[in-house]
Amino acid sequence: MAKKSYRQAIAEALRQEMERDARVIVMGEDVAGGMGAPGEDDAWGGPLGVTKGLMPIFGRDRVLDTPITESAFIGAAAGAAATGLRPVAELMFVDFFGVCFDQIFNQAAKFRYMFGGKAVTPLVVRTMYGAGFRAASQHSQCLYPVFTHIPGLKVVLPSSPYEAKGLLIQAIRDDDPVIFFEHKAMYDEEEEVPDEPYAIPFGEANLTREGDDVTIVAFGRMVGFANQVADKLAKDGISCTVVDPRTTSPLDSDTILECVEETGRLVVVDEAHPRCSMASDIAGLAAQHVFGALKAPIQMVTAPHAPVPFSPSLEDLYIPSPDKIEAAVRKTMAS
Amino acid sequence: MQLSREELLKAYRQMCLIRAFEDTVHEEFSAGNIPGFVHLYAGEEASGVGVCLHLTDKDCIASTHRGHGHCIAKGCDVGGMMKEIFGRADGLCGGKGGSMHIADLSKGMMGANGIVGGGPPLICGAALTAKTLKTGGVAIAFVGDGGSNQGTTAESLNLAKVWNLPAVFVFEDNGYAESTASSWSVAGDLVERGKAYGMPARRVDGFDFFEVWDAAREAIERARNGDGPSVLHVKLSRYYGHFEGDAMTYRAPGEIDAVKAQKDCIALFKRRVTEAGLLEPDQLAAIEDETAREVADALVDAKAAPPPGEAKLLTDVYVAY
Ligand SMILES: Cc1ncc(C[n+]2csc(CCOP(=O)(O)OP(=O)(O)O)c2C)c(N)n1
Ligand SMILES: [Mg+2]
Repeated sequence: MAKKSYRQAIAEALRQEMERDARVIVMGEDVAGGMGAPGEDDAWGGPLGVTKGLMPIFGRDRVLDTPITESAFIGAAAGAAATGLRPVAELMFVDFFGVCFDQIFNQAAKFRYMFGGKAVTPLVVRTMYGAGFRAASQHSQCLYPVFTHIPGLKVVLPSSPYEAKGLLIQAIRDDDPVIFFEHKAMYDEEEEVPDEPYAIPFGEANLTREGDDVTIVAFGRMVGFANQVADKLAKDGISCTVVDPRTTSPLDSDTILECVEETGRLVVVDEAHPRCSMASDIAGLAAQHVFGALKAPIQMVTAPHAPVPFSPSLEDLYIPSPDKIEAAVRKTMAS
Repeated sequence: MQLSREELLKAYRQMCLIRAFEDTVHEEFSAGNIPGFVHLYAGEEASGVGVCLHLTDKDCIASTHRGHGHCIAKGCDVGGMMKEIFGRADGLCGGKGGSMHIADLSKGMMGANGIVGGGPPLICGAALTAKTLKTGGVAIAFVGDGGSNQGTTAESLNLAKVWNLPAVFVFEDNGYAESTASSWSVAGDLVERGKAYGMPARRVDGFDFFEVWDAAREAIERARNGDGPSVLHVKLSRYYGHFEGDAMTYRAPGEIDAVKAQKDCIALFKRRVTEAGLLEPDQLAAIEDETAREVADALVDAKAAPPPGEAKLLTDVYVAY
């Protein structure tokens, strides 16, 4: 086992699955790069280099650069998935879903149910999300709650390199459309990641910390923040459980509710906007099912209901921070 | 049609201003002073300036992620732009937009755009406003070669034609979309695409300011006269990477140097107007100094300006939670 970055873990999952199954293909804008250009081939490997090195191994027939036409190529990936390939399409930034959402939510997401169970659509859409990159309003959104709302889509939010590799392998082997959210601020984060392929099942939450006083449910990049807070507060005698649901659809509500019942206190940390969010969804589940166990009002730590600002001074205030999470935990402990 | 001396001076001034601005932003980005994604327009100046010289504030343009040149050509304040790029409180968008979203609607500048293909539909709308309210205005969409392939662009060409809108679609083909060559990504031909929608379409040498200016004059006049939309396919070259930080390994060795040496749009303009005796070398040199100073001052001001305070996080929203 070696230390690998989030970027390397994702690249390794792609490579190993492409080696295992010739039906797995990768497509997207500049996923190799240099198409038709006079300089180097494989010139980009995606804007942040995640897919670099795949094209020299698998060739342009399995690593396909596309024109800037998300509707056409995301839809083509859905059509190819429904007819025998297992495409992994890259929607560079999730913000660009606006250009191609019909092909995702009216087409791919509907096939299985609408065709009476006869369709299988093993499509993966890899996409970057999240703030912190000074990338402003159209390149920083979270949007996973929007996808989570749609029946027929599976939605994955890997919170570390280990999680990213196992969840992406599962996504590729899964027979339903999966939207795989990669946080752009996490690509250089490192941890031990096994060399061999492994799959992490969907719908099984991971407890990254176990404690008695407060349950913190956090998503994606926020899991790391929640762990930091839990470690810090442990020194002050406040013991936290941190739940990483891993997938927002399917959602492991059983594990979440069990933890809330045990601790009696709930903080939900979600980088998306507060309304119709994962935070409000989890809070609603707790209120519905374990109301009697709650010792204090549920706390939500989210971004505000505003677009992501460009200016670093504002963006830093915008993102849920460890400080805000700590304050929310202390607040629930105080009441 | 000939350009007046005033127009020639203005054209040179704007091209030099854009070049100085972009070279400065490049240096500042390289020094780590500018956050975020920055896409520079250096090399493409003749296009934005050659088109926008025909426009006034009642005319609208929509730009792309590579928007600084279009902003300057449309009359945006350079000081406000530099502050915006540095994320300052009194930048053109209050520091909330940054390089990719600079806009000034009072100047008819409807924004740089983070979404490739975001502009053309908006331009159909601006053209519809001009047509409905009989303002006499026109609306121009600047679109890259990459952006030319988006569905939104195809739909907008069709809509502009069937509604007979006062619009012009300017395809700025700099040879690449990120690392992908336009010779590969654009199937067929952009002039033929325009014609296929039943509109006049013309190929333009984007290194030649005069050719751009003339083609734009024709298309904009047509739009103003109620004779509908047109397409211009402008061939040009970008001098810097797709975004700042791009190593450009997909380009041929020496490719950019050769363009700079042989067909730089500013150098060509200078040669043309001095050889024809239209402007004096001294006048041009004065403009070069003046624009360099304007940008240098804008930089000093931007660096000294304060960022937006916490209270600004939740302004410009209709509900704050
Ligand atoms: C809908 C959408 N897809 C992809 C991108 C990422 N992207 C930004 S600029 C760009 C290339 C654009 O190329 P072109 O239109 O030729 O403009 P140029 O950069 O050459 O000026 C891409 C793919 C985006 N911003 N929006
Ligand atoms: Mg281009």
